[in-house]
Amino acid sequence: MKQSTSPPGDPLSVSRRSFLKNLGTTAAAGAVSAAEGIAQESARAGAEAVQGPDAVPITLRVNGETRPLTLEPRVTLLDALRDHAGLTGAKEVCDRGTCGACTVLLDGEPVYACMMLAIQAQGREITTVEGLARNGNLTALQEAFVDKDASMCGYCTPGFVMSLTALLRRNPHPTPADIHHACAGNLCRCGTQPRIVQAALQASGVEVLSRTEVISYAHLA
Amino acid sequence: MPTWPEKRSVLGRRVRRADGPLKVTGAAKYTSDVQPAGCLYGMILRSKWPAARVTEIDLSEAARSPGIKAAILVRDGERRVRYYGEELAAVAGTTKQACLDALRKIAVRAQRLPFVVKETDGIKPDAPRVWEEAPNLSKPQVTERGQVEQAFAEADVVVEGTYSTQIEIHHCLESHGNAAVWNGDELTVWSSTQGVFSVREGLAGNLGVDQSKVRVISEFMGGGFGSKFGPGVEGAIVARLAKEANAPVKLMLSRFEESLAVGNRPSSIQKVRLGATRAGKLVAYELDSYGTAGVGSGAATEGGGGGAEFPAPYIYAIPNTRVQHRGVALNAGAARAFRAPGHPQASFGIESILDELAVKLGLDPVELRLLNDPSEIRQREYRLGRDRFGWREKYRSPGSSPGPVKVGVGCAGATWGGGGGGTRAQAQINPDGSVEIRCGTQDLGTGTRTVMAMVAAEVFGLPPEAIRARLGDTAYPPSGGSGGSTTAASVSPAVYDACEKALTELKQRTGLEDVRGENWKPACRKLGLEPLVVSGQWQKGLSSSGVGGVQFAEVEVDIETGLVRVRKITCVQDCGLIVSRLTCESQVNGGIIMGIGYALYEDRVMDAGTGVVLNPNLETYKLPGIADIPEIDVVLVDMPERGVIGIGEPVTIPTASAIANAVANALGVRISSLPITPDKVLAALGQVKEVTA
Ligand code: FES
Ligand code: FES
Repeated sequence: MKQSTSPPGDPLSVSRRSFLKNLGTTAAAGAVSAAEGIAQESARAGAEAVQGPDAVPITLRVNGETRPLTLEPRVTLLDALRDHAGLTGAKEVCDRGTCGACTVLLDGEPVYACMMLAIQAQGREITTVEGLARNGNLTALQEAFVDKDASMCGYCTPGFVMSLTALLRRNPHPTPADIHHACAGNLCRCGTQPRIVQAALQASGVEVLSRTEVISYAHLA
Repeated sequence: MPTWPEKRSVLGRRVRRADGPLKVTGAAKYTSDVQPAGCLYGMILRSKWPAARVTEIDLSEAARSPGIKAAILVRDGERRVRYYGEELAAVAGTTKQACLDALRKIAVRAQRLPFVVKETDGIKPDAPRVWEEAPNLSKPQVTERGQVEQAFAEADVVVEGTYSTQIEIHHCLESHGNAAVWNGDELTVWSSTQGVFSVREGLAGNLGVDQSKVRVISEFMGGGFGSKFGPGVEGAIVARLAKEANAPVKLMLSRFEESLAVGNRPSSIQKVRLGATRAGKLVAYELDSYGTAGVGSGAATEGGGGGAEFPAPYIYAIPNTRVQHRGVALNAGAARAFRAPGHPQASFGIESILDELAVKLGLDPVELRLLNDPSEIRQREYRLGRDRFGWREKYRSPGSSPGPVKVGVGCAGATWGGGGGGTRAQAQINPDGSVEIRCGTQDLGTGTRTVMAMVAAEVFGLPPEAIRARLGDTAYPPSGGSGGSTTAASVSPAVYDACEKALTELKQRTGLEDVRGENWKPACRKLGLEPLVVSGQWQKGLSSSGVGGVQFAEVEVDIETGLVRVRKITCVQDCGLIVSRLTCESQVNGGIIMGIGYALYEDRVMDAGTGVVLNPNLETYKLPGIADIPEIDVVLVDMPERGVIGIGEPVTIPTASAIANAVANALGVRISSLPITPDKVLAALGQVKEVTA
């Protein structure tokens, strides 16, 4: 059985995304060559990429460490991280790309770990929420989450933290609209959203004051 | 009777959540994250039929499937299933994939039976019976006060309407689930629960073992909202699987299963009649309501309504009332407690018709409430909230907002209990000065750990970070389930009592007068080798119950798309002595946001033709997203003399009513059923024909 330990760029590691990207560029050249492009691409992928159904050895790069794992090719990146690599920070809530609780960074880009197979993530640099704090020092965003109380039950928190970490790296001074956009794919049931926006703003250096007030009953006429 | 200190240096402050750092780094371990050595995965096979007689379930092939270590029937012998998603069998295997494969190999023989999944169909006399021995519609519960008919006859104005609320699903982000490990005849269970002790009792009873042999742990849990008190069928299953497989088993439900079988808020269809004097004083009220708690309703079930009943006429004092509640059984998953059970439904019906009355009388809705709300607290809250919200400037007569995006405002009030009781706690003071507080309560994300640490810090004169609060374990002193907004009011007095006693004992043992603050460490060193362990319990005088709150909503409605957007919510809420201000504020935000979901998005949709839930996932069952959140302005009314009162539930009650009233004010026409979706708005405006699913 062929094992997928090839470097990125190898046709073997063709992902759905790069496949579609290639399709896009070839399609621009005309319908006939597009069809040929698809045929060639799938022939190349098909000839070498048949794996499983039994477990295969794979290697993931997670939080700067190399993790050799043995798992069935149908195992998602999320299950690989949680069940096989012991990294349970990313959570499973919907298992179908709706809630964002499973968000991790793949070469710095936020992705839903439940929506890709672990074998597709080989050769990429994966960052999970466990990989952000260094020597117990929280990142500015994590600090701001604690300061502003942006987590309640905390189950959605790792996902929001990852989406916003990616945002702040790309755009250190986001507007509330940018923050909304970055978290459009994250759900929270406890209702932390207002404080998540505040935390992201604080992490970008904007001072945010809570408007909540306490008034004594005696002062209520 | 003990009292809280007059001068408080920690209580009421904004203190960082004790477990915040663990949550933002992924270090917090939830039940779903627990993985005992050799742990197997469990999965449940569920009924594909809304109603059927199951004659045979063949597990033999599944049991032989690769990686499968146990396969069990949920119940032996012939049986009925009464909803799509009812548990039939379960497997445990070495991987999730092995379990999925095995479930496909289970052969079920069943005879389909007729079913009914809509309230309006279920009440018909010839509807298929959900419980064969009794009708779907329960006997009415009727309460009557005063001379209702006479009062209506004498009333200057009478308004009538029918208001309905949907089935809402809890959708806690961590699903229901447990991990079970047997050690001989002793069982340890990690459970995503609101009550470690209630899960222990449930499991012990179910399995026929002593409670002393079952330990339940719930260090972190990802939300409950009322749906996670007992072990559930899935809890009993995982314990049985672990026994059968002779290995630890973890069984977490999928989002799909969450949509079918682990609770919901019952629906309501409320026919309301309200009579008043010309000045707006309410004189007569009549309610005829029915709703469904799924298979939990119906004449065959205990109580009949199954939770579909609610307080009426809610917070208003009306001299003449007749109230009738019924529950209708349907082939759908049973209801469970849901954040302020009954109250959002109650609020929606009465607050809607009150605004209808205000329109008819040409009265300001706030004035109408001030005239009829007997609560002095809410009276004051309305007056403060009105100014803060800018009600007088914003309120205009219904439908008079110009342009295609109409703006409107609305308000509503609520009440809740939230008292405490029945909790023990233990304080351990170590010779190095470190402090551990133990209590068998749980933290649902509400901040219980933080509350425990702050109370202890107040007593000992220490910073809250110096206190280690331990909870979520039946090995700790017992406390009740976290429901009814009772946790803070139960736990704070117990911790306070334990710490006060520990302080006294520390003084005695060390012979020192002042051991607090700076003197703490030197005093503790005098303990020598033996830590101080002191127990305490909930005491009267440190908590109370009964809160009032009011909310104001400002919305905009696009009459071309039918889309409603909430611009602002102002909330004025009383909550006794504020213990942890930061987490308390978060609770308020959370309640309001859940109320927005109830008002505008959430609805379990059943298919009458197939009996299945049509939206068993989070892309079709809509929760509020981050861009849907309005400006939220919160005022907490401090009443420290009343002691601690819970806050989690009251704040979710009036939100949807206030929003619905604001939509009606914007449009000049009322959407009388929740959620207020664009199709209903367009239908109400006559833009499209009404469609019924
Ligand atoms: S679990 Fe991946 S998006 Fe929900
Ligand atoms: S904090 Fe509980 S789901 Fe977001």
